[in-house]
Amino acid sequence: MKFQRYGAVAGVAVAAALALSACGSDNNSTTSTSTSSAGSTGSSASSCPSGTLNAAGSTAQTNAISQFTKDYQTKCTGVTVNYNSNGSGAGVTSFIQRQADFAGSDYALSSTQAAQVTSSGRCGTGSAVDIPAVGGAIAVIYNIPNVTTSLNLSAKNLAAIFDGTITTWNDAAITKDNPGVTLPSTKIQPFFRSDTSGTSYNFSNYLNNLGGFAAPNKQWPGKAGQGVAKSSGVAAKVKATAGGIGYAEYSYATQDSLTFANVSNAAGSFIKLTQTNASNFIAKAKVAQTGADTKLAFDYQYSAADAYPNVLATYEIACGTGNDSTALPLIKGFLGYVVSNTAQSELTNLGYVPLPASVQAADASAISSLS
Amino acid sequence: MSSDTPPAVAEPADQAPKPGPARSGLTAKAGLGDRIFGGSARGAAVFILVLMAAIAGFLIYQAVNAISEDKVNFLTSFTWDPDGNNTNGVPTFGIAAIAWGTLVTSLIGVLIGAPIAIAVALFITQYVPRTLGSIFGYVVDLLAAVPSVVYGLWGLLVLDQHMGGVSRLIEDVLGWIPLFKTNGTYGSSMFTAGVVLAIMILPIIAAIAREIYKQTPREQVEAAYALGATKWEMIRLAVLPYGRNGVTSAIILGFGRALGETIAVAMVLTTVPGLVTRILQPGGNTIAANIATQFADAFTTGRQALIASGLVLFLMTLLVNYAARAVIRRSAKKAGA
Repeated sequence: MKFQRYGAVAGVAVAAALALSACGSDNNSTTSTSTSSAGSTGSSASSCPSGTLNAAGSTAQTNAISQFTKDYQTKCTGVTVNYNSNGSGAGVTSFIQRQADFAGSDYALSSTQAAQVTSSGRCGTGSAVDIPAVGGAIAVIYNIPNVTTSLNLSAKNLAAIFDGTITTWNDAAITKDNPGVTLPSTKIQPFFRSDTSGTSYNFSNYLNNLGGFAAPNKQWPGKAGQGVAKSSGVAAKVKATAGGIGYAEYSYATQDSLTFANVSNAAGSFIKLTQTNASNFIAKAKVAQTGADTKLAFDYQYSAADAYPNVLATYEIACGTGNDSTALPLIKGFLGYVVSNTAQSELTNLGYVPLPASVQAADASAISSLS
Repeated sequence: MSSDTPPAVAEPADQAPKPGPARSGLTAKAGLGDRIFGGSARGAAVFILVLMAAIAGFLIYQAVNAISEDKVNFLTSFTWDPDGNNTNGVPTFGIAAIAWGTLVTSLIGVLIGAPIAIAVALFITQYVPRTLGSIFGYVVDLLAAVPSVVYGLWGLLVLDQHMGGVSRLIEDVLGWIPLFKTNGTYGSSMFTAGVVLAIMILPIIAAIAREIYKQTPREQVEAAYALGATKWEMIRLAVLPYGRNGVTSAIILGFGRALGETIAVAMVLTTVPGLVTRILQPGGNTIAANIATQFADAFTTGRQALIASGLVLFLMTLLVNYAARAVIRRSAKKAGA
């Protein structure tokens, strides 16, 4: 009984809020802005379309997207968002086959994928665009018996570990960077992702830029170690293996209470992994925008003491032009909300890294230009 | 649980109902209802065949498509990179390493699981009182009710931690054989995966063997005793020979299950590049596990390549079943002569 009454009250409140925000968006065209979405940079987020939006892709984004979905559906009660986290590759395939209105991907579209989009006519005569949506930090996690401090591991040493040229924890190259820490002679057992992954791409990109590692690749390009499926698998193996080392998104390191390393930047100093430090680094990324297509290129030479250089960004992929006309307002509405400050500020609690304001602004203009 | 593997039928073919003269003279003339029913039944049968042929045709088409794009030999290459992630989009993939891993893990599973399963079946049917036996049987059957993902989790989080010591012991004793040598690291090996598979196929083999041993003719048992046989001699003379064919097919059934087991193996094994010949050191991959881990992020060629690998697994299962039937037929003939 009581519950129902609350429900009724909530219903009235939502209806009132809806009516208000609808007014606000109507006024948008004539007057400047309404107060309905305070602090939001994505002004397109304030209007509410209705219908069902289908999306698929990246598993790394799942937690963020489901939080956004919950919030957005509360805000816009007429909208249902279905996100099928079937993996970045499968998501893009669903997108091409018109099963998904947009795809979540851990990496920007490859040239092969872009060609598939064009040849399939998915976007009419147009092509698909990338929109960075969720940032993250990559933790270098390890398990050395009796070592609980954060080790200093340089990009060069990490590259050597993952290529199998440094094989024991007390190797001189590692002990040199870690004065005061007694490291055992335990064998190093590197673990990498056996499936294709944006985490692999971005970590190898970091190692390639600063440690002379193989060219970045979503299929891990290292020469040594064992492959495990998914980030959770890597985290579990590292936790269970004495001498193990691996990489995973920050949230896996904290949730599994794994020790993670301070990694080196371009200046050779070691940076602690915090979400703020990672966000500072992402803020310096170059935003390359051609039309609505927005790509982030991290500036690995940036070497401020509060910028953690081992980061990643995941993307949403939609049609630049030629979106399905019924889905278009939904895509613009939801993605607009995703890149808004309101949504991005929630990411910290979920273990992700919010995109800096500059990227949010670039995203917002890209999304408003979708057609 | 075992319904996804084709059963290896032990019975000789002549026990199947003979087609014979279908419509005897008993029904003078087929009525309209008869004809409609007959027609729809025939239609259903044909439809199933057409459907199967269509599925097979589709799979083969996809597989051929992928293999024709393959830039290395599909049967002998060790790499699996059908989307060309490491080769600038040039598909390079081969079945050799994962087919090897599939065979090796399944063989280890059967080598460990089958003797234990047979011993369990003998114990339940010959050594304990009936009531106690049925309780034991029930407990063993329960093993089959555990979902494979749970076995995978257990293998990954519990068993694997304890395989290091065993593996080291085996290496110390048998390390002079290259198969049992390691690089000094243990765990997540094909041996561990084989042990998990052994536990998973144990209830299947044990349940079938139990039912077969239960049916050992009373006369043969008593005849053996009458000759002054001890219990073990009686089992050797009466029970084991009687059950040999059936138990062989039970083992093949278990082997088939091990070949196709996906998620438990995928969770236990870690992958390393190339062919893994050392079963105690980390690394290895199987066809089914490879499909499970690669499918989500595969693109067009990647999916077709995975379908091709699935067809190879299907052929392997078929061959194993066929070989088993041949063995049974031969031994049955020998026993009959």
